[in-house]
Amino acid sequence: MNILNMSNIQKSFGDNNVLKDISIKVDKGEVVSVIGPSGSGKSTLLRCATLLETIDGGSFSYMGEEVCSVKNGKVVYDKNLNKFRHYFGLVFQNFNLFPHWSVLKNVIDAPISVQHRDKNEVKAEAVELLKKMGLEDKVKAYPGELSGGQQQRLSIVRALAMKPEILFFDEPTSALDPELTGEVLKVIKQLAEENMTMVIVTHEMEFARAVSDRVIFMDGGIIVEEGAPNEVFANTKNERTKQFLQNYSKNEY
Amino acid sequence: MDFWIMIEKMLEGFEKTCAIFFLTLLFSLPLGMIITLLSKSKLKIVSGITRFVISVLRGTPLMLQLIAVTYGPYYLFHISVSREKLIPVVIAFSINYAAYFAEIYRSGIESMPVGQYEAAAVLGYSKPKTFMKIILPQVIRRILPSATNEIVTLVKDTSLAFTVSYQEMFTIGKQIANSQTSFVPFVVAGIFYYVFNALVSFIMRRVEKSMSYYKM
Repeated sequence: MNILNMSNIQKSFGDNNVLKDISIKVDKGEVVSVIGPSGSGKSTLLRCATLLETIDGGSFSYMGEEVCSVKNGKVVYDKNLNKFRHYFGLVFQNFNLFPHWSVLKNVIDAPISVQHRDKNEVKAEAVELLKKMGLEDKVKAYPGELSGGQQQRLSIVRALAMKPEILFFDEPTSALDPELTGEVLKVIKQLAEENMTMVIVTHEMEFARAVSDRVIFMDGGIIVEEGAPNEVFANTKNERTKQFLQNYSKNEY
Repeated sequence: MDFWIMIEKMLEGFEKTCAIFFLTLLFSLPLGMIITLLSKSKLKIVSGITRFVISVLRGTPLMLQLIAVTYGPYYLFHISVSREKLIPVVIAFSINYAAYFAEIYRSGIESMPVGQYEAAAVLGYSKPKTFMKIILPQVIRRILPSATNEIVTLVKDTSLAFTVSYQEMFTIGKQIANSQTSFVPFVVAGIFYYVFNALVSFIMRRVEKSMSYYKM
């Protein structure tokens, strides 16, 4: 079954058509990387999928249930939007942790106060997750006391604690020191090995190649190419993809 | 007049000064929040009217507002002015300070990074929950220094109640000064305000410190 099914998504900001007819399907356990130049619409796509932006055209569904669709120019949402919010998690580029809450509270508050799950059970799970991410000695710390890499791992834990069906990453390492990117990528790779369904917007090409089942190359609001990592990275026939990847390797002087 | 009798009379007035101060805080702090939320309303009429009211309250003298609230009912409806002026005085102060607090709240709310709202939305927090649990606690910390400023000003502004002859400390001090042709009551009043404000600043610093356990 498709966890996520987006079809013919369109999104504009004023005259700027950021997404022009994008369709994506993500299967259970699949890891999809989305690459492309800045302004190609990658982040906007994630923001539409996570209901942070409203779409101007198309429709999308989680677990086969339609979340929203555009009919006659009007967006129609499912009446029970909150149910869908429990299907996905989003890891932001800038973490967006809650600075006034301890590490533990950042993780457990939403499962307890939004999902109304049992407090002790949530706490036990949170401690387990923090341990797995190497944050067990930071339980009582505040986000501001953590390094960038630790903060991003914490925000991954916060998202996982909601038990999402699918996890989105919006350039999860772009705000990090190069030295700290590794620890976050390692954690994402670990999740991939555990068959977590993920869509990762990233500029880390080597990582995308190593971790994903499928790579999507976006440019100018459309999907230029889509395929297995080896096809896209090593044997692309597409001129635009070739050019983009060449520019990337050129930067590594 | 004996110095200690004067002090005693002024202390009686100081009780009323305190009454204005604490009642004004009690009403204006929550009222300010309501005004802020109204001024951010999506209904253009509501936000427009609220902003206009704020601009009038901030753009006209508090002294004038005190007179308007105290004597306005008499001029408009021929309702006789009650001898107990605490109620109109507190109403005028509360509304006026609510307008200032509203602007402080607004600046605090608008300084919050949009990412906090987005993270909350993705986690499924409702809008009221997002505001109460995530935004407001951080806003309070951000606005404490400017709120302290306003509270210190309020201590001194209570003396404006003399314009409607409310028997608070400054009014009494002024009466004694006039009848005794002495400057001493003014000095005493100055010391009272200064000590009161020193205490307010001390308490607010403690509150600020107790909230600075996390980095923004």
